[in-house]
Amino acid sequence: MTTIDTRPPKLVADGLSIEYQVKRSGERFQAVKDITFEVSPESFTCIVGASGCGKSTFLSAVAGLLPYTGGSLSLDGRLITGPGNDRAVVFQTPALLPWRNVLGNVVYGLELRGTPEAQARVKAQEMIKLVGLAGNENRFPHELSGGMQQRVNLARALAADPELLLLDEPFAALDAITREVMQGELLDIWQKTRKTALFVTHQIDEAVFLADRIVVLSRGPGSVVTAVVDVDFPRPRTDAVRRSPEFLAKVDEVWALIKG
Amino acid sequence: MTVKSDESATPKRRSRNPRDAALAWVRRGEWEPVLGVISVTALLVLWQVAAWTGLTNELYSSSPIGIFEAGKEYVTSPDFVTDLSVSGQEFVVGVGIAVLVGIPLGLAMGWYRWVNAMLDPIVTFAYASPRVAIMPLLTIWFGIDKTSKVALVFLMAIFPIVINTSMGVRQIDVALLRVAKSFNASDWKICRTVILPGAVPSIISGLRLAIGVGLIGIVVGEFVAATAGIGHMMQEASGRFQTDLVFVGLFLLAGTGVLLTSLLRRLEKKFEVWRPSLNS
Repeated sequence: MTTIDTRPPKLVADGLSIEYQVKRSGERFQAVKDITFEVSPESFTCIVGASGCGKSTFLSAVAGLLPYTGGSLSLDGRLITGPGNDRAVVFQTPALLPWRNVLGNVVYGLELRGTPEAQARVKAQEMIKLVGLAGNENRFPHELSGGMQQRVNLARALAADPELLLLDEPFAALDAITREVMQGELLDIWQKTRKTALFVTHQIDEAVFLADRIVVLSRGPGSVVTAVVDVDFPRPRTDAVRRSPEFLAKVDEVWALIKG
Repeated sequence: MTVKSDESATPKRRSRNPRDAALAWVRRGEWEPVLGVISVTALLVLWQVAAWTGLTNELYSSSPIGIFEAGKEYVTSPDFVTDLSVSGQEFVVGVGIAVLVGIPLGLAMGWYRWVNAMLDPIVTFAYASPRVAIMPLLTIWFGIDKTSKVALVFLMAIFPIVINTSMGVRQIDVALLRVAKSFNASDWKICRTVILPGAVPSIISGLRLAIGVGLIGIVVGEFVAATAGIGHMMQEASGRFQTDLVFVGLFLLAGTGVLLTSLLRRLEKKFEVWRPSLNS
């Protein structure tokens, strides 16, 4: 826990700014003005901020789905210029292909990347088991609950074996109970796979529970990094952590930073 | 890890008491097709009685039995085989080309804005105009053989296919496209794994319309100029005042339409196992 990580950072955002044209009005909109921070390997980083602060926009840029207009963004020392095999996204909505069953959806990412079918299936089965959906391979998305759909979403991203796992408010649409359960399971899975994770959320307690570091963004438009908060509760974290006074103090600290 | 179990485990209880069984049968709505049989039979009987009693003139309005007799005679004649094969070829080739051209065109129009901008005025104009009106022109260009009818069937069928396909593409969930793009998918793979399967229900609706208007194309085309075919046979029979035979042609066409539409319905069901059914 106290050893200093001497490895080079996984992801580096340096003075990043993102501007895009609003389709209807044609105006330029500056979502993000100046974002600078680093993500160390095998760490769990959360980005929090008020809604409209550009945190999802930032994640889209890391995923390579949205071009950035200034500064630089690099993963393992290589500039990000578009989507790549080194990243996988867990989207806010499950976004599962409704005509494919669970196995077909988890295989999907590997299939798009041209992984041989047999190999992809083995990997997908493994991930389905990891997210606790074993036995549900043949069910269709409409037969699954919201929580189960998000597990498929997660399994699909993990199956692609990315260097960096990007999660865009994946639990925002779930009910409070399912959300807590999923947070715990996500940590278990992360502990096992040790994927570097970048997780966007507007729920501060969620960020404090999950993260090693929290990046707080200022209100948008044109947001900047307000602060970077380290969270050093021991791992593996259990639900007991959530009830501790230290936890609540941390939540308050981040709250104060967001309110500014 | 809690995983929901299937809720369909409760067995349906079936009573052995005949009265209860009958009631259950009524409640399940299985008697509904019987109503249809009753109404059709009643109509046929009324028609026949009207002809027998002289209420209607059989020369003009024929009768079910008369049509049945004429039908028996027609389907056993060599003309039937010729007519059916001519009309069948016109339909299959015309609709077939419409499918082969229409689906890719519709996909391109739905996906690429510039293709849509370029073709939409033409498609809208052609779709809104009464396309059968072009038949005299097609006769001049392609003669009175099958080719002119194939051309008409093609022109009738392609537009509903193009319009429905492009509409289906435009309705595709943007989130699914983001997923595919995040995995660095090529346009071709996005088309094959997201766009095409997503558009299947719309494409099938387009095919259903295409079958209907394709049949119209055959008949109208053969009315205008032909040497053989079901429509041609009806036209000839009409000239000879063979009302029975005209009805035979009409029923043959209607039957073909019903048959093809129900085949398509089966195809649709096969593609829709993944859809939530209304009662689940």
